[in-house]
Amino acid sequence: MRFAVIQFGGSNCDRDAHYALSEICGVDTDLLWYKEGLPRAYDAVIIPGGFSYGDYLRAGAIAARTPAMKDIIAHAARGGLVLGICNGAQILAESGLVPGVFTINAYPAFICREVYLRVDQTASPFTSLYRPGEVIRIPIAHKEGRYVAPGTVIRELEGEGRIAFRFCSPEGDLTPESNPNGAMGSITGVLNREKNILAMMPHPERASELILGSEDGKKVFLSMIAHIERSGST
Amino acid sequence: MIFLAKITIGLKEGMLNPEAMAISHALGNLGFPTDDIRTERVFLIRFDAADHRDAEEKARGMCERLLANPVIHHYEIEVHR
Repeated sequence: MRFAVIQFGGSNCDRDAHYALSEICGVDTDLLWYKEGLPRAYDAVIIPGGFSYGDYLRAGAIAARTPAMKDIIAHAARGGLVLGICNGAQILAESGLVPGVFTINAYPAFICREVYLRVDQTASPFTSLYRPGEVIRIPIAHKEGRYVAPGTVIRELEGEGRIAFRFCSPEGDLTPESNPNGAMGSITGVLNREKNILAMMPHPERASELILGSEDGKKVFLSMIAHIERSGST
Repeated sequence: MIFLAKITIGLKEGMLNPEAMAISHALGNLGFPTDDIRTERVFLIRFDAADHRDAEEKARGMCERLLANPVIHHYEIEVHR
């Protein structure tokens, strides 16, 4: 089993993701400069957080149009897992791999703090180790994280169980106060139709060790590993 | 032939514009109250095209494939020689 973490110019959570996977979860993980593309088969690809290309034009817009994304799209088409975290989520939305867009927060400030998330879909390779409706604590760190999509898309996501995470109160309620960026439907984790791609604004790699205050995010990675073990490594 | 495209990108009607809200607030503080402010972004791009129609086509391709995000943006194109 082997994971890849893609480094774009301006990625800055690449080493954190690599550390969480290789040191905490014990899975072989390569750090790959985007110009290399995917030089071999991987079971999962992580697009980490950061400010690829300085967030010029729109967050994730330029990275989404690099040739490396062709390899990642081909990997996903073969059923490989793709997890986009924060800037990675913006890149996946800009690539059209998940619908909608993560755009400037309703209150246009950079927000960096822990938030509560409700796990709305556990039947996915990224969330299978959580309990349905479980409330978890994971940090966010973004200025362009407000999820926006047409109403028809939101209803489709809800109907197909493609919303992995929503911002919530500590009790698991969806309230305006617990929605830090004004996301539609408090949505902050979106799956593609096949559920092998997840775009999420919160940072699970920053919540994978108790010394950092929470290890609630680790189950995203452990769910992926369990899924790959079940379905057979490439 | 060299053409110059002026491409203007703005948010679709009804989309929340936090930047405009912040600017409107600051204008109010300076004694210029307004509750209607829109922000748009202009790109001036010079490029080669066979004719006017081809230049418009190329400019539209730039908008649809990179400059605008169709989920939230509309765009306008003016092409000049």
